[in-house]
Amino acid sequence: MLKTLRQIATIGIATEPPPKPDESLSVREALQERIRTVLGRALCIRHVDAGSCNGCELEIHALNNPLYNLEGLGIRFVASPRHADLLLVTGPVSRHMEAALLRTYEATPEPKLVVALGDCGCTGGVFGESYASRGRVSNLIPVDVAIPGCPPTPTRILQGILTAVSSGRVVRG
Amino acid sequence: MPLRAWSARSHWQPGAPGLRSLTVTAGEWRVLMEDVRAAGGRLLALWASRENRLDTVRAAALAESQGLIVSLPLGLGETYAGLEDLFPAATRMQRAVRDLSGVSSTDPDSRPWLRHAAWPESYRPLIDISAPPEVTAPLDRYEFIRVEGVGVHEIAVGPVHAGTIEPGHFRFSVVGEKLLKLEERLGYVHKGIEQRFTQLPILEAHALAARVSGDSAVAYSWAYAQALEGMAGSEVPSRGTWLRALCLELERLANHLGDLGALGNDAGFAFGLTQFLRLKELLLRATQASLGARYLMDAIVPGGTSCDLDTIGSDRLSECVHAVARETATLRVIYDEHNGLRDRFSGAGTVTPDLAVQLGLIGLAGRASGQAFDLRSDMPCAPYTELAPVKCSRREGDVAARVAVRFDEVQESCRLIKEILVRLPLGPRLTPVDLPPVGVVGTGLIEGWRGPVFLALEAGEGGAIRRCHPHDPSWQNWPVIEHAMIDNIVPDFPLINKSFNLSYSGHDL
Repeated sequence: MLKTLRQIATIGIATEPPPKPDESLSVREALQERIRTVLGRALCIRHVDAGSCNGCELEIHALNNPLYNLEGLGIRFVASPRHADLLLVTGPVSRHMEAALLRTYEATPEPKLVVALGDCGCTGGVFGESYASRGRVSNLIPVDVAIPGCPPTPTRILQGILTAVSSGRVVRG
Repeated sequence: MPLRAWSARSHWQPGAPGLRSLTVTAGEWRVLMEDVRAAGGRLLALWASRENRLDTVRAAALAESQGLIVSLPLGLGETYAGLEDLFPAATRMQRAVRDLSGVSSTDPDSRPWLRHAAWPESYRPLIDISAPPEVTAPLDRYEFIRVEGVGVHEIAVGPVHAGTIEPGHFRFSVVGEKLLKLEERLGYVHKGIEQRFTQLPILEAHALAARVSGDSAVAYSWAYAQALEGMAGSEVPSRGTWLRALCLELERLANHLGDLGALGNDAGFAFGLTQFLRLKELLLRATQASLGARYLMDAIVPGGTSCDLDTIGSDRLSECVHAVARETATLRVIYDEHNGLRDRFSGAGTVTPDLAVQLGLIGLAGRASGQAFDLRSDMPCAPYTELAPVKCSRREGDVAARVAVRFDEVQESCRLIKEILVRLPLGPRLTPVDLPPVGVVGTGLIEGWRGPVFLALEAGEGGAIRRCHPHDPSWQNWPVIEHAMIDNIVPDFPLINKSFNLSYSGHDL
């Protein structure tokens, strides 16, 4: 227990300090402000892997590390689509995940946002369309924001989420 | 018949060192595989390919620190003898061969495996050029094995899981909290990778290979490059091979750090997740600063590497790896002394060495169950021939052992990275690769962080790929989780599953 406390004290707060005109930091400040304006509460994200190679998932995990500290911004990942405001969808949509993705989309309450993540989610990527792949996410469900990259960095994922929240669709719903 | 008698008949196989190829008759197929089993060998992969309208079933087997690629040519519509009694992992591979290539085995389990409802049984994705007939039913009815009795009930989980993980379905049959049987159903992220390979130029498809399983991008792209370079007769310059090993160890390190954190978290110790994810992030940033990307998806190219390292980058990496090694040692003491973690880790999801041999457990999870096999030591390619990596192994076979092997391998990878940075040879890192001759088969075999990544490549006409079969160690290890879960409680499944951390994408293809 002492060693655990000592380690916590030694490392201190790893979350990067905000007020410098650094693009990733200004994104996070703006993000929190706009989410509050639009939703008035925390943003809940449900991630759906619809056929990803698991590369994008690695960077989604990174959002929760203490340097990006996503939960500290009021954004968190939830276990059920019924609790979610936003679906974060990765991968080309495999034919075998088509039904699961559509059901997840239907289970998400209105108003809802969809962010397609990674080159595959945006365009089908290197896998394209085939007997087994339906390609880009927008072939199946309406997409609000597409974040390219293979995989996109955590900062770009944050920027994408910001863009989705400021698109205004949520307010209309 | 001893294996060396078979070896005497075999030929040198282009690509990974230590592999030989051999064509057998239907009568010899089973005899040879029984000899492999008797010699303590393991089945590495099983796939089918086609030339001039005739199918050939191929198996890759490893025994006595050498590999055999066994080819069995089949007549029109002929079935082949299944290997499921010798190597239980063969069942799913045989089912997948039928789903994708239309070649059947004698295996009594004839349920589809990678084929759900997306295409009908009559369509063979790797054979038929035309588009598949349209299927209207969105879901199929898969026959799970039912457990019956008083108080038995089923819990169905997936394909969409509660966390940020890949999709798959798990069917638990339980009494109270205790698990009687787990049956996995995979194939949800099947996206037609093997068919896609045949549409890409052979000199460019390493980009697809890197995306078979994103967390093992370096291992797959190296295996692909190794196969292609062997077929084309290209010699990678020494700096290129050392840079590849640097990338591979960085990939291993990043994945192990993430897993160690997640395993602490799954046992209720959020401190572990925070600490290890911080270390992983520092490593990814150092990797980006020195090699140009956080994840090295496109670092390995045929002929060498696309990235290079300068002195500033080398110093940055060296500094980071020293810090990772030091802090991981501190965190290990905390993990080891934590009563809660000890309670959850010890005895959970045990795979005894005997069971590991029987089921063919491989890679990192295998090394935690007494299967001290590591390609980097046992069948090394350059530069591992000069690096002498230390093999990390335990015999307990539980979650604690898989955690311990990761801790040991983190230190060993840090040591290897430091040594590579010191000894990195000067000179070119890339050599041009010519088109390989049509019909040549090459193989790649690389010890990824999860285990051996195997890849077989066949050259087609005009710079095309006739067939490419990538094989993830998850094929061997997924069925073992079903056994590891028996008599454990359902709430321990996430922890046990994470301790293996197998790939869905690499398996589903």
